[in-house]
Amino acid sequence: MKPFTKHTGLVAPMDRVNVDTDQIVPKQFIKWVTREGYGRVLFYDWRYRDGEVPNPDFVLNKPRYAGATVLLARANFGCGSSREHAPWAIHGYGFRAIIAPSYADIFYNNCFKNGILPVTLPDAQVDELFRKTEQTEGYRVTVDLETQTVTDDSGFRIPFQVDPFRRDCLLNGWDDIGLTLRFEDQISEYERRQKPGATQYSPVKQ
Amino acid sequence: MPPRTMYEKIWDAHVVREEPGQPAIIYIDRHLVHEATSAQAFAGLRAAGRKVRRPDLTFATMDHSIPTKNRHLPLADDVAAAQFAALEKNCRDFDILLFDTRSPQQGIVHVIGPELGLTQPGLTIVCGDSHTATHGAFGVLAFGIGTSEVEHVLATQCLSQFRSKTMLVRVEGKRAPGVTAKDIILAIIGKIGIGGGTGHVIEYAGEAIRALSMEGRMTVCNMSIEGGARAGMVSPDETTFAYLEGRPFTPRGKDFQAAVDHWKSVATDAGAKHDTLVEFHAPDIAPQVTWGTNPGMVTDITGRVPDPNSFKSDVDRRAAESALEYMALKPGTKIEDIAVDQVFIGSCTNSRIEDLRAAARVAAGKKVSASLKAALVVPGSMQVKAQAEKEGLDKIFRAAGFEWRDAGCSMCLAMNDDVLPSGERCASTSNRNFEGRQGKGGRTHLVSPVMAAAAAIEGHFVDVRGWAVDQSE
Ligand code: SF4
Repeated sequence: MKPFTKHTGLVAPMDRVNVDTDQIVPKQFIKWVTREGYGRVLFYDWRYRDGEVPNPDFVLNKPRYAGATVLLARANFGCGSSREHAPWAIHGYGFRAIIAPSYADIFYNNCFKNGILPVTLPDAQVDELFRKTEQTEGYRVTVDLETQTVTDDSGFRIPFQVDPFRRDCLLNGWDDIGLTLRFEDQISEYERRQKPGATQYSPVKQ
Repeated sequence: MPPRTMYEKIWDAHVVREEPGQPAIIYIDRHLVHEATSAQAFAGLRAAGRKVRRPDLTFATMDHSIPTKNRHLPLADDVAAAQFAALEKNCRDFDILLFDTRSPQQGIVHVIGPELGLTQPGLTIVCGDSHTATHGAFGVLAFGIGTSEVEHVLATQCLSQFRSKTMLVRVEGKRAPGVTAKDIILAIIGKIGIGGGTGHVIEYAGEAIRALSMEGRMTVCNMSIEGGARAGMVSPDETTFAYLEGRPFTPRGKDFQAAVDHWKSVATDAGAKHDTLVEFHAPDIAPQVTWGTNPGMVTDITGRVPDPNSFKSDVDRRAAESALEYMALKPGTKIEDIAVDQVFIGSCTNSRIEDLRAAARVAAGKKVSASLKAALVVPGSMQVKAQAEKEGLDKIFRAAGFEWRDAGCSMCLAMNDDVLPSGERCASTSNRNFEGRQGKGGRTHLVSPVMAAAAAIEGHFVDVRGWAVDQSE
């Protein structure tokens, strides 16, 4: 897993509630069998007009947000489908952190598996960041997982909460599967005790 | 032991390891796999030189990109073909039972699991798919996971998870004829909001839930994720046991009795506490129709498209404005005055035999309105299709002017050729009305199967409660 410790970057505002993963990566791209290449298709239907011509009205296409690496979003970001293609696209585009008042559970989880830090802040502070982003061209923040703070260079500083276990995993870039396999003995012991099985009583094989 | 909820019981029974301050490692009894979210997980497994720990607990199907007609021809979509080929190879290499495009048991993953009897009370089931909550209808802890977690389950048969909070949604009273499980769950989502269940597992209870068939309970649990909850559950009872008896993976004879005894112990204990309680009165629930671009934007068939200015918060007002713009609807329009171009009856929410029976009763002897461009019925599995044909439902649908297709996700997400064209409006029995879900620029209204069938016939939404058809289940 990719580690995340601290990141400073340009902020892009996605000023919509309930942005769902169908918007983040539309279905036609979840046919691919790789984990790469999704940056180009992030927010595809909003970002492009027919023939993949960039839509100048879409926020990420505005020159002032080119090269953004921190995505500022609204409540319930990443709702809907469980597709991990969504964080793959967000990471592939170049975003390293997201700041929003809340996230859908599966998406939130998927971010940590892909080296993206989803920062949760109260509405009022997210509002303030939206104002700052719109008012100040080139507005940048630093998201620091070690100190658990979001700061900018004009004195703004807000702490955020994150589960300590998830934080450790992300800081170290630990491999989740490796972590679980440390307890292989206990898994085997569970299997001996509980005998999980799926018996086929009448045939379904062709 | 103090009284426990069904969620707590299933959780406790599956803990492999639990330490304070860390996620628990819980054991997974069934891992369901489909083509759209698994290829990268198998690739990761190979790259790390790992094996599938329990191929015997892993089951795969092809549903998302599968065509619903002309299956005897080669697949025209090369990208989808490559994804199918990858799943076939992965299942072959790792010895996983696959219900492929030619299998008589092929179907949508959340339809075939229960149908085969793989879904049984007290189990943990996961799938790289957010509608895995469907299986919770049987008193199962079932939830969707991302592809990294799919790889994790393949490698370890376990997941690392934090305990969720629980929300009890109680629906008391009897629903009116013409009001279905779909209307109950849409009304619930309309009230709690699409993020209302975040961080929770929902347990549905009360007279109106008990009265539902297994198909109805699956419809309710299926859309838990549309309310933000990863899982939704119903305590198992006689309805559950009767559904399961005789299915391919359900125990037989004496073993079945022993299983039922165990299954009974799964139900939530009297006096068990949930973190949150929400109550509904079933007689107050009318047939529901969504008007916006998420499932919480929903109202009664007798209602009107709301005015964005009626929303209190600024973000909600803007969300409603942009939804109405996308949907090309004006505030104040009567829902019954909204004309549709297409009707889609299908998806893991509403493509089971009962859904098709109910829709067929509405369509019987009538004709799809000439104003419609298409009306599709897509059974959830090839077994549902076969059963429906045995009952003559295909003939009823065809005679009325519906197309009758092979099983798959189809126009629920339009990964195959069943795409809603831009600008067209669809009455759909699926679960998501997100922008572009059924096709870029397509406009989706979520409804029940009987409401969809009635809309097909009238060419616009109509209150099916006024129709003289048998609407008992
Ligand atoms: S029918 Fe729709 S919601 Fe259900 S699994 Fe298929 S794509 Fe997902």
